[in-house]
Amino acid sequence: MAGLEIPTWDPETALLIGVILFEAFVLYAGYGGLERLVGPYLMDLVVGGDSSAR
Amino acid sequence: MLALFVGFGLVVGVLFGFFGMGGSFLVTPALLMLDYPAPVAVGSGMAFVFGTAVIATLKHHDLGQVDYKLGVIMITGTTIGIEAGRASVYYLESMGLAGGVISVAYVVLLGGVGAMVTRDALKGDGGGVDHEAADKDLDEYEIPEIAKKIQRTVRIPPMVTLRGDVRVSAWVITAVAFATGVLSGFLGVGGGFIRMPAMIYAIGVPVPVAVGTDLFEIVFSGGLGSYLYGQGGGVNLGIVAPLLFGSALGARVGSAATAVVNSDDIKVYFGGMLLVGSIAVGIGEVGSYLGNSTLELLGLVLVIGAAVVVAFAVLYTTVTSLRVTRQQQTSAAD
Repeated sequence: MAGLEIPTWDPETALLIGVILFEAFVLYAGYGGLERLVGPYLMDLVVGGDSSAR
Repeated sequence: MLALFVGFGLVVGVLFGFFGMGGSFLVTPALLMLDYPAPVAVGSGMAFVFGTAVIATLKHHDLGQVDYKLGVIMITGTTIGIEAGRASVYYLESMGLAGGVISVAYVVLLGGVGAMVTRDALKGDGGGVDHEAADKDLDEYEIPEIAKKIQRTVRIPPMVTLRGDVRVSAWVITAVAFATGVLSGFLGVGGGFIRMPAMIYAIGVPVPVAVGTDLFEIVFSGGLGSYLYGQGGGVNLGIVAPLLFGSALGARVGSAATAVVNSDDIKVYFGGMLLVGSIAVGIGEVGSYLGNSTLELLGLVLVIGAAVVVAFAVLYTTVTSLRVTRQQQTSAAD
């Protein structure tokens, strides 16, 4: 075993992880908005829908 | 390569969203087979898990399915375990054994879990997350017999009370967290496929709380693991960003699919996919050992092909179920 290592502060790595976290938030919000916007249209397209006519 | 990562992320996301596990299971071996060094394959796999867990936890928080007390205790055990697992990867890497040992561990683990899920699915019991059970109230859940026995036997203080009126020793929680942390750090997986059943059967928490708390915990363990691997240059943003871009959409589609598809229909495919994955990693590793690039390519094609087939099976079954429901609604309206 190489021994346990205490994490040390590394601004460059912190920025890297921060970018991944930011991307996750943006994707969560972005895809959520996209789902509300084009979700019903896509559903009709894929399922062969007539829900809008009903 | 960018399109491959986005597409693969999409496929993995669909599986993660639908089954509630298996997020990074396919990513690390695929990266190993693409000739990335072991710390980059494991570190980038872990960073991908971290990002996907953030997105999934946001959803479960809204549903009130996260036990933060349980999560905080588990983080302590996992933090030590993940560091021990990560240190052993670098130790093996220094001896030139990391790729081989990680691949063998994957073969055993994928094969074992795959066989278990397939057997349970064929019995009609199902593996992974029970989507119907997740809709019940927390106090309706019966604690498994083995969990009751552990709660009665291990009464080392401090005892903690969790959601669903579960009272258990903090040491049991810490032991479960440590064991899965070692696995997480060593293989670069979230550890959910082991931790979730462990929380249900060893600690005795209700299924939805196990799922939500597991994801919350993965945010921290995955974040710390990614940070530690990142310090060693093990996180490649060029891999993680496109994977996450695809998986965030896939997870949304997979989660939505759980509302319309009976997951028992597809669990047998999921178990089969894990079994094929274990064979693929084995073939790839034999090819690498023999210096046979055809075998290595066959391994890669098999592991990605199995994931793609099951993801399409999920989507196909979803669309078919929706069309049947729509036709029934139309007939009823007529």
